[in-house]
Amino acid sequence: MSDHPKNSTKSAENISVKVTDLHKSFNHHEVLKGVSFEVKPGEVFVIMGPSGSGKSVLLRHIIGLETPDAGKISIQGQSIEDPAVLGQYRLAMVFQSAALLKSLTVGENVGLYLTEHESKPPAEIDRIVTQTLETVGLKGLADRSPSELSGGMQKRVAIARALVVEPQLVLFDEPTSELDPLMSVTIGEEIRKLNQRTHATTIVVTHDRDLAFGLANRMAMIADGQILFIGTPDEVKRNTDPQIQKFINAELNSKPKAKP
Amino acid sequence: MYKNIGEILIMFWQTVRALPLMWHHRKKVVQQFFEIGNTSLLMVCILSMFIGGVIALQTGPVLVERGLSYVLGGMIGLSMCKEFAPVMMAILMAGRVGSAMSAEIGSMRVYQEIDALKTMNISPINYLVLPRMVAITVALPALVLFSVPVGWLGGALVSAYNQRISVGFSSFFSDLQQVVELKDVINGLIKSVVFAVVIGLISCHQGLSTSGGPRGIGRSVTKAVVNSIVMIIILDYFVTGVLLIFEK
Repeated sequence: MSDHPKNSTKSAENISVKVTDLHKSFNHHEVLKGVSFEVKPGEVFVIMGPSGSGKSVLLRHIIGLETPDAGKISIQGQSIEDPAVLGQYRLAMVFQSAALLKSLTVGENVGLYLTEHESKPPAEIDRIVTQTLETVGLKGLADRSPSELSGGMQKRVAIARALVVEPQLVLFDEPTSELDPLMSVTIGEEIRKLNQRTHATTIVVTHDRDLAFGLANRMAMIADGQILFIGTPDEVKRNTDPQIQKFINAELNSKPKAKP
Repeated sequence: MYKNIGEILIMFWQTVRALPLMWHHRKKVVQQFFEIGNTSLLMVCILSMFIGGVIALQTGPVLVERGLSYVLGGMIGLSMCKEFAPVMMAILMAGRVGSAMSAEIGSMRVYQEIDALKTMNISPINYLVLPRMVAITVALPALVLFSVPVGWLGGALVSAYNQRISVGFSSFFSDLQQVVELKDVINGLIKSVVFAVVIGLISCHQGLSTSGGPRGIGRSVTKAVVNSIVMIIILDYFVTGVLLIFEK
């Protein structure tokens, strides 16, 4: 078993994230070109931008799945270059594809963190899993295989898996992609509830304008690997940068109009 | 190539260091062990029977012609336990189990399941590699132990019923008993442990380094099987050399 972050004295704090001058290239193609921003403890920070702008790569850096070519990422002022730093905090990420382990049942997926890190008896883990699945509206599905669920349900299982961790920092990668508008609203609600329940610092990467403006305390607009603007949703709406306006308006125009 | 060798050695060291965690993963080890056994036992039986039979078929008539029929049992006995059983079972494992390992882990890599494990602070080495390595390292010698007597039986059957050989069961097994010693069986088991570790390491490494979507999984499986077989044959020579030194 790995070291359990709950034993750490730092585990009770809400955590801040600071990204400084982050650069990353893949096959000589520069994906991130000096990205810098700071996320305050407990806030919902949304990174919005068009596809291919480097949003997901940025998120993968924050949770240590990628190593930057240059620049620094700090959690609570400690650089995550030291792998032990990430291990000190309870982190969770909800992937675009949900990334549920297909060899496990829904319940086993949700309880995986507890099984691997905690010495709770199986009955207690089952109780927590059942309760968490109920929270995300998936009561009674613990014994199902992830492949039997729809895309939206899989994402809710992934959110349940994140909830179980009681995260201090939770990252969402395109949580509403490939979902119908109704399911997108539901997922947005789940993210909001998760933030209210855990007060975890939340970073959401999306190109869904409605989700972004509905969720964010602050947001960053990113394009072509560079941050264009950081501010509150109102500040972003008022911003006159043509690239930002073009993206927001294009998103608006692409939304299907409701029938009268 | 050097990068891969380095990564495999590091993975081996990480797996060895994770061995104390095996008790925590015991269910997965047992599950993997039975999966390997279930998928391979029938094949092992068929393969071993025919390997023993074909050695008898190839060498029997020559030995009988030269009046050496009395060495047939010992020769088949030794070649099965020291060479054919460990090597052929290892090749079978590489094809059946190694390919499954690299495909499963490769698919988990492509579909971000391994990333999900990492974000939960769960080491893929502890969670995925360790149970598979332990299971294959126990399963391959066990299958070799099963394969050896089946191979002997195949050789004995062909020796007895082929008209050009016609060496009876009692003569075959009495010579085998005189020649084959426990150390010869242990010799084969040591080889099989080495081969199992190599198959496990190569297959898990290929799985963990998979990239490029579903096509990448196919590439990883092919590489895992081919590299494992090549390494089995090469290592067979060197391990045999080392074991011969200890036999003296």
